[in-house]
Amino acid sequence: MFRRRHSDLPLAGDATSRFLPWLVALMVFLSSMAVAGAFVIGAVIDRWDHDVSGTLTVQVIPAGGEHGDAVTDERVHVAVEVMRKVPGVLAVKAFDKKRTLALLEPWLGSTEVVQDMPLPRLIDVTIDPEATIDLGEVAARLSRAVPGASLDDHRVWLSRLVNLSRTMQWLAVVVVILIGIVTSATVVYATRTGMAVHHGIIEVLHLIGAHDDYIARQFADRAFALGITGGLMGLALVVPALSAIGWAAKRLEGGFLPSLGLPVLGYVAIGMLPLLAAGLAMLTARLTVHGTLSRMP
Amino acid sequence: MLQDVSFKLPAGSFHFLTGPSGAGKSSLLRLMYLGLRPTRGRVVLFDRDIAATKRYELPALRRRIGVVFQDFRLLDHMTALDNVALPLRVRVVKESEIKRHVPELLSWVGLADHLGAKPSTLSGGQKQRVAIARAVIGRPDLLLADEPTGNVDDHIAMRLMYLFEELNKLGTTIVVATHNELLVQRFAHLPRLHIEHGMVTTLREATPPDGESE
Repeated sequence: MFRRRHSDLPLAGDATSRFLPWLVALMVFLSSMAVAGAFVIGAVIDRWDHDVSGTLTVQVIPAGGEHGDAVTDERVHVAVEVMRKVPGVLAVKAFDKKRTLALLEPWLGSTEVVQDMPLPRLIDVTIDPEATIDLGEVAARLSRAVPGASLDDHRVWLSRLVNLSRTMQWLAVVVVILIGIVTSATVVYATRTGMAVHHGIIEVLHLIGAHDDYIARQFADRAFALGITGGLMGLALVVPALSAIGWAAKRLEGGFLPSLGLPVLGYVAIGMLPLLAAGLAMLTARLTVHGTLSRMP
Repeated sequence: MLQDVSFKLPAGSFHFLTGPSGAGKSSLLRLMYLGLRPTRGRVVLFDRDIAATKRYELPALRRRIGVVFQDFRLLDHMTALDNVALPLRVRVVKESEIKRHVPELLSWVGLADHLGAKPSTLSGGQKQRVAIARAVIGRPDLLLADEPTGNVDDHIAMRLMYLFEELNKLGTTIVVATHNELLVQRFAHLPRLHIEHGMVTTLREATPPDGESE
């Protein structure tokens, strides 16, 4: 059980005690949103990466003309055969036009116009993740056998997504750092104000032989208490906000977005934020008091 | 502003510091209780040159000094007991020790019934006694008192002076700043530093008090 440490300064009645917890609550709320965003994006990318690694997609351009569909079916058949002969390929599955349309439905809808469009046909190829496949050679063999067929290993697409994810995560880190700086600046201001208000008491403590840290510790303890109060208030605001976003995201998931759930590490990181904010407030208050007292004789 | 001030207080001595208002008594006391650092000149306290002493070493020296401020400087949000306990709390003395010694001292200065009283409810004289108790609770080597009898009647003033003399006998060096000539005359055996226009102009040497054998 925590025992409240002795304090000579009547800091509880200061204006700081009223506004600082709310400010920290807001900061923790905003930081939590940034952290949650970073973790969700990271989780989505991981999911996509997991889903597409070990797969290749062959795209067959549809043939035109009177017997276009039959020719396209034949091309798809040839492409499937080519892919099946590649060492390391575990399964090859061609999507018929109906399945292709079903995949595109979330984006294009299901009107008749779409059904008449010359859509490329897709072949989903599952490969052994351990296998080393010369994709260039396979692509060349495929295009020789089937004119207009292309092989996509999703790497370019995925690397762009990963880059985007990393950028968003760094942005979240920058946002959290900026929020930390603003919190610190506010604590510096609040501490200096408190020191000015209690200048007389501080001077008496100083003159009767109090070390700077004896005085600084009292401001730091108070800043920690206010920080943790504010942090927990912020956390109390975060829980319903994240639940609401999660609920909205669930409704949005039309089959093309992976689950937007926050990983466990994300919850841990957000749970640590009040403690982090309180620690930051405590450290800032302590350093501010030391800085100000160092100007006394 | 002080100029050409030069004196030495032997350990265990008891001096009056006299002079008109604005003469520099308070500034001199501030230099002595380390509330000011000299811009030039030399202040040596407890064999330490203050100008050459590191800032982090000063609290240890300040703990050897008890100060009775002219305006008391009691902490209004604290009780008389907590105010007097302050120097002990700063030294991280055990609460059991504090609860034993502080009421005892407050009883001695006649405030046994006011342990839990806040300064705002105390009279000027009572505040002064709390301030004195706070200055002496840590058994200082040097006690500096700025007009300690300014707000009390003669009876209390004499009692406080006797308290200072008791402390002095126990080895505490004492300087009492006052412009109460009557008090200075009553304790004519005590040496006197007189300061005027920022300069120490008179130095009355110590004489044995009446009835005291050499």
